[in-house]
Amino acid sequence: MIRVVLPPHLRTLARVDGEVELDVAAPVTQRSLLDALETRYPMLRGTMRDHVTQLRRPLVRFFACGEDVSHELPDAPLPGAISKGSEPFLVIGAIAGG
Amino acid sequence: MSNIRVLVGTRKGAFILTSDGARKRWKVSGPHFAGWEIYHLKGSPVNPDRIYASQTSGWFGQIIQRSDDGGKTWNTPGSSPEELKSPDGMSKGESNKFVYDGIPGTHQWYDGTQHPWEFKRVWHLEPSLHDPEHVYAGVEDAALFESRDGGKSWNELSGLRKHDTGPKWQPGAGGMCLHTILLDPQDRRRMFVAISAAGTFRTDDGGKTWKPINHGLHSQYMPDPNAEVGHCVHRIAMHPSRPTTLFMQKHWDVMRSDNAGDSWSEVSDNLPSDFGFPVDVHAHEPETIYVVPIKSDSEHYPPKGRLRVYRSRTGGNEWEALTKGLPQRNCYVNVLRDAMSVDSLDPCGVYFGTTGGQVYASANAGDNWKPIVRDLPWVLSVEVQTLP
Repeated sequence: MIRVVLPPHLRTLARVDGEVELDVAAPVTQRSLLDALETRYPMLRGTMRDHVTQLRRPLVRFFACGEDVSHELPDAPLPGAISKGSEPFLVIGAIAGG
Repeated sequence: MSNIRVLVGTRKGAFILTSDGARKRWKVSGPHFAGWEIYHLKGSPVNPDRIYASQTSGWFGQIIQRSDDGGKTWNTPGSSPEELKSPDGMSKGESNKFVYDGIPGTHQWYDGTQHPWEFKRVWHLEPSLHDPEHVYAGVEDAALFESRDGGKSWNELSGLRKHDTGPKWQPGAGGMCLHTILLDPQDRRRMFVAISAAGTFRTDDGGKTWKPINHGLHSQYMPDPNAEVGHCVHRIAMHPSRPTTLFMQKHWDVMRSDNAGDSWSEVSDNLPSDFGFPVDVHAHEPETIYVVPIKSDSEHYPPKGRLRVYRSRTGGNEWEALTKGLPQRNCYVNVLRDAMSVDSLDPCGVYFGTTGGQVYASANAGDNWKPIVRDLPWVLSVEVQTLP
């Protein structure tokens, strides 16, 4: 199972506590992971990616295995540790403002 | 005895304040949607327990919330399992999908160049007077959307944004927002909207076509002070018994129209400042109106640090300061455009919220004021429901 950690506001919106577990077919990519996440929790649609363009919202970042993968291509395979579920995929609200 | 429910939107969540008709003891619930900006909440006049809320964030975008039990519980519309499947089996989740009709085009930017129309947030939700499933949304960048399925999906009434003057509209300091929607209770096809900084517009055909109604407005800071559009209208208000009489708080000047906006005249007269944001009308006296003068557009606080509501019982021009119970020294808060409302009890209750987090109420049409609650986050909007 793929493990996803959502930021607190999106956990509240999706009404989940802790990590989310998803069943995603290989190869696991940002796009396939986010598609599965939004299918399970439709209230998250539009909060991480634009409804129409599917581009990541500017102040949302994605991390995998300690690396910022926000700018990776959406169809690029994610690290094996994410696919195996040994590491979580992190959705982060960027630290911005003052 | 009637009950009162006050819906308060703030920069860090929504609060619901309730009282019986005496309006002396208040219960405060919230924060709902803690940590999110709640630009506006409003209940359906047809079913007051149906409340719509605009929840927004610079990080995660726009969310629409709906309650069907008077604000006790909330859901993103259309989130039941059977509602979430489109015909092809994919999830829908479109209650926060606001997409401009066609190619959005451009409007004027702060520096005079053209800038693409970009959806940012919903400023104002206006439920229909006739159908609880029908609700309008005024958005930034300025456009009008409607939902006819209780907020599950939204479509733009694009005749407004596609008006010939659209490329001349420009953002005010707070963004290019459609912040006011008035529905004519005597004519289902007529409504009024106000946009900062484009002006006021009217439709007489249910939103297909729109007409700028800004004749008589004079804005000195514009290249043409009497232009057809470009005026920074902060708020308009009407009494439901007289939908052809409109009142306006403009960036500077308080105005009135007696011909559904075809022409306007200034009624500021003895106000200490004619800059401000909200304007509202007494529930039972169509010529009694309220404003909150603010010192200037560069100093967004009351003149001399004294928070005063001004009331005119003559539809403008003759104003009296209402001070009892309001801070009369060292007060430097602002009252935003959507942060004043009235109830329909007799005597009429008047309510407003401040950027200092106070919500003040008067149970006698403004003669005396008391804070219902005083340490909320920055108040963005106040709406009042009078419940049976």
